[in-house]
This record gives sequence, structure tokens and C-alpha cells, in this order.
Amino acid sequence: MKFSRFYRSAAIASVAALALAACSSDDAADENAGGDSGDQASAEVSGNLIGGGASSQEAAMTAWAAGVTEVHPDLTVNYDPVGSGSGREGFIAGQYTFAGSDSAMDAEEQEQACGSGSPFHVPSYISPVAVAFNLEGVDSLNMKPDTIAKVFAGEITSWDDAEIAEQNEGVELPATGITVVHRSDDSGTTENFTDYLNGAAGDAWTWEAADAWPEELTGESAQQTSGVVSLTTDTDGAITYADASQIGGLSTVAVGVGEDYVEYSAEAAASAVETAEEDPESEGARILDRSTEEEGVYPIVMISYHIFCDTYDNEEMVNQVKAFGNYVISEDGQIAAEDSAGSAPISETIREEATQRLDAITVAG
Amino acid sequence: MTTTSPRTKTPARNTTSAVGDKVFKGMSWTGGVIILVVLAFVALFLLTRSLPAIAPDTFGPGADQAIDFWGYVWPLMAGTVIVSAIALLLATPVAMGVSLFISHYAPRRFANTIGYVIDLLAAIPSVVYGAWGMLVIAPLMVPIYQWLHDNLGFIPLFAGDPSTTGRTILTSGVVLAVMVLPIMTALCREIFLQVPHLQEEAALGLGATRWEMIKMTVFPFARAGIISSIMLALGRALGETMAVTMVLSPGGFSWSLITSGANATIPSEIALNFPEAFGQRQAELIAAGLMLFVITLIVNVIARAIVNSHAKKAEGLS
Repeated sequence: MKFSRFYRSAAIASVAALALAACSSDDAADENAGGDSGDQASAEVSGNLIGGGASSQEAAMTAWAAGVTEVHPDLTVNYDPVGSGSGREGFIAGQYTFAGSDSAMDAEEQEQACGSGSPFHVPSYISPVAVAFNLEGVDSLNMKPDTIAKVFAGEITSWDDAEIAEQNEGVELPATGITVVHRSDDSGTTENFTDYLNGAAGDAWTWEAADAWPEELTGESAQQTSGVVSLTTDTDGAITYADASQIGGLSTVAVGVGEDYVEYSAEAAASAVETAEEDPESEGARILDRSTEEEGVYPIVMISYHIFCDTYDNEEMVNQVKAFGNYVISEDGQIAAEDSAGSAPISETIREEATQRLDAITVAG
Repeated sequence: MTTTSPRTKTPARNTTSAVGDKVFKGMSWTGGVIILVVLAFVALFLLTRSLPAIAPDTFGPGADQAIDFWGYVWPLMAGTVIVSAIALLLATPVAMGVSLFISHYAPRRFANTIGYVIDLLAAIPSVVYGAWGMLVIAPLMVPIYQWLHDNLGFIPLFAGDPSTTGRTILTSGVVLAVMVLPIMTALCREIFLQVPHLQEEAALGLGATRWEMIKMTVFPFARAGIISSIMLALGRALGETMAVTMVLSPGGFSWSLITSGANATIPSEIALNFPEAFGQRQAELIAAGLMLFVITLIVNVIARAIVNSHAKKAEGLS
């Protein structure tokens, strides 16, 4: 990290030096060149852009805040990782120019936000959730959604259960007991995973999607993603769900989709978002089809949105928001997030759609 | 010279001590008032911010949108009390033993060293205890829980599925016991050392063994102090956040001490969920904090009553 940042800034410095040299040699030509490549627009963007919300985006946001200064050197982005709900609250109150949120705004919130304008969502951070386990001698397992639900609901208690064995022919399953590990703090990851089980597992999972793990289900739990991952790593026979980029050496479950089993991958996660329906009530938001049967789609995906207004009070804000929003969804921005946070880059379709919305932002009046 | 100088000095000394008196009186008054004001502000903050959770109809979003607060908070209160009780049950005998050893049994030099070590234990941050409990104590407890379940499973406390990771309320209690031990030991040691030597020697002179001497002179003299030290330790156990958060797999409520995800405590519930909480959820968590405040208040009142009644008894005896 530190090294790459150092090299990056060194690279900027050298480019700047070259540019200066160019300036001194031929001023007029350089100005023209600048105009052609669109640098003039970016030169106007400056100041402080303040946002806040989901802590899931924190790592990616650090990369974005650093990356955007390469394109717009005078723009600084500050992000408060206060949580999705508080982020939306602050956005409505005008404290934040944009919000980061793991879930879309509901109708009531949309009405309150943005004054005379209306808010829209950009699915800029896509994070696949892996079902990860620690079982000696087993590297990968296939499980259908209802099997996953039964395991997490405590109905299947041993790894050599007939239902797991049936889906994994040729894999030697030990008779180890299954230890389910869940998040002990309220979390968007839990909300996402329970939403998946609720949507895909049918009768095997009877609980609604929620930030907190169902109280009726006693089980092991730990704080934060790092907590569940380390507890699972330390316990033979443990299974958990966690941000796919942070599962370390744990094995993962290939999730049953239709007749096939899909291993987690960045592409499979991105295509889940692409094939998702648009949310009719929240512009730009998506409703994931958890029970999808489409080939090569990994359905346990968390979308974290950036929420912007379609109008802002002044030109400066509009430019800031456009500059930042467009950088985040650009290929560079998505790669920066993938490098630092392990997110899945968004697809071209999503990018085009978001670009249209961002470009349509105007000054209120 | 010799006769005049004391006369001229005495009034001067009087005025300075009068000024000193005033300054000190002012300082102690301010201190007293500040502590009351701070307490009042904390209580006021807890009360106002928790109203939407306690009375959702009047102050919150309406009963249909709020959870049943008492149903939510009683398992947390019960868990907090249980874990503190375990900690005190385990720590009190050990603390008594250690402080008696230091004050009455150990050779002086050795006693001093042990005293230092105990004081050092008190200075270790709770997050370190938490990490130690999570990584060392919890795995060690797994076979013990299995044994307890196999042999004493008929007792409700050891019923239920024994934990496979050891992250249970009993483990939290053990870690808390270690954490409160230094406070209790340090206080008890000081009190035991205050026991008048004349009384002790008198007891020995009457032919008492050392244990009888301790029973006859040390314990009666130190009773109020021992209770105070237990209450201070209880205060720490009730409010301990970090260590419990790291060691416990939280859940609802059960009598089983050896099952994971079956109990939770108020401080760890708040610590876990406050960062992402907003609106009504935040009010619920603050209201849970208010309940902890109330528990602490009740415990302290009871402790005061016990200490006072013992003090009166002691006065009556002498």
C-alpha cells in the first residue's frame, strides 16, 4: 500500500515536472493541448466534498479519496464512516453532500432529501459475500440455498449429513460437528445474507432479512468481519459468511444457482447486479434476484450505494459531485477499490447508466 | 526578641490559615457540586434520549413501529447481573486469600513483591484481558464445559449444548473475575493491614491460633471495608465493556452458562451496535444504558445500607 502510494505520487510528481518543462518551452501549444483533453473542466473542480455513511465502503473510500486527487488535484473528499442510517440522515439534513448507504432510501426519506430535487442511487461498491468454512481436508463444497439455510438454522448439525454428502460426491466428509459463526454486531453483511436466505431458500429459512442475526438461533458469534473470520479459522468445523475479500485462507462454498453451483468470483458478483431488476421506487437502486437461475451469477452480493441529489445549490457543488461520482464509477476508480477493498468492479451497463444520471445533475434554480 | 516574635507570628499564621481554610472550603465545595452536576447531566442525557424507546407512544414513532422495550432489555439486564455475579463469586475468595497472605502470612519482602504484581494487574487495559480471554481462556474452557455438561447436565446451569469455542457467559465471568481481582485485593490488603496490632496480639496472647486470630480480630474489623471492595469490584464488572464484547458470543437469555449465543450484557450490546445505530435503535441502546445506570444505583444503595448497618453494629459492640 504505502509503497504503491509512494510510487504513484512519485509518478505524479514526475509528470508534473514534465508538464512544467513543456509549459516553459511552449506556452500556447500546451494550453491548446489542455483544452482538447478536457482538462479545463477538471481544473475548475476544487474544494471540499463531504460525505458520510456506510462503513463497509471505508477502505474503498480511502482509495477513491486518494485517487480522485490524481484527476482533480484541488478536490479533497472527506468521508465519515458513521453507518448507513446515520449517513442517510446526515444527507437529508444537508450535512453531507452525498451519502454512502448499504440500502436504498425509502420513499419517505427520498421525499425529505434534496429540497425541490430528488435523490438517486449509484451502485458504486459491489461486495460479494462468501460462505466460508474451516473443515480439515475439504477445500470446496457445493451447497444448494436450502442446504445453506438448514446449516445456518442449525437443522443440519454434522458435516457428513446425507444432504451435504449427496451434493458433494467424491468428497470425503468428516463427522465433525458444524459450528455456525455469525456477526455479533448489527451489520449490512448480515442483512444481505439473511435476505439471500430469505429469498432463495424457501421454507428452510423463515426469518426476515435484518441487520441482526435472528435471536432464536443461538450460535457462535464475533465482532466485525475480522472477528468472525478469525473465530472460524480457529475452530475446526466452523462455517460463516463474510466479505469475500477478507476470508483469508478459509474454504468457500459454491452456491447452488438453478442446477449449477457457482463459486464466488468478481465477474459472477458483478453480473448479479447487472441482471438485477431496477427498483421502481428508488432511482438507480437495484433489487437483487436472490433465487436467480441464470448461469454464472453469484447471488450473495452486497450493493453499497452512493446517493446524490439531481440538483445542488451551486455550480461548485455540482462540479465536485460530478467529478467524484464519475471517478468512482470509472475503470480506474473501480480498480482502485478492488485493490484496496476487494470489491467487484461494476459492469459497463451499470457504468453507462450511472454516468447518464451524474451528467444530468444541474444547479437548482 | 524571643518574647515578641511568637506574638507577631501567631496572628500572621492565623490569617494565612484562614485564607487557606477559605480556599480549601471553596475547592471542596466546587468539587462536590461539580460531581453532582455531572451526574445529573448524565442522568438527564440518558433519560431524555431514551424516552422514545421507553414510551414510544408519547415520544417515539408510536408503539406499532417500536419493539417491546422491556422484552428487549430484561435478558440484557439478567445477563449483566449473571456475569457480574459469576465474577464476584470466583474473585472474592481468591482476593481474600491473596490479601490475607500478603498482610498476615507472607514474609515482608515477598509480600511487597506480590503487592506490586497485583497492582500491575490492575493497570492492564481491558482490551488486553479481552484478547487473552478470547484466544487463551475460551479454548481452554471447551473440555471443561463438555465435562460439566456430561456430569452435571441435570443442573439447568450446565444444560444445553456445550459451546465448541468456549465463548460463553461463564468464560466472560472468569475473565471478569481476573479483572476485578486486583481492585479487591489491593483494597482488602490495605484494610487488613489497618487492623490494630494490639487486638491481634491480644487474641494470640489468649491462645488463639493464627486462623482464630484472623477470624476474631481481622474479619470483624474489616467487614465494612471488604463489602466496599466487593461493591467497587461489582461496579467494574457491571460496566466492563471491551473484554465481554471480545469474549462473549451474545444472544438472548438462557439459564445455561455453557452455551454460546445464549446470553448478552448491556455494555457489550451497546458497544457492538451503537456505531451503526440511528433513530429509534439508538434510543433503545441509550435506554439500555439507563437500565445499567439504574442497576448500578440500586447495587450501591444496597451496599451502603449493608455497610452502614455493620458500622452501627460495630459501634453497638464497642
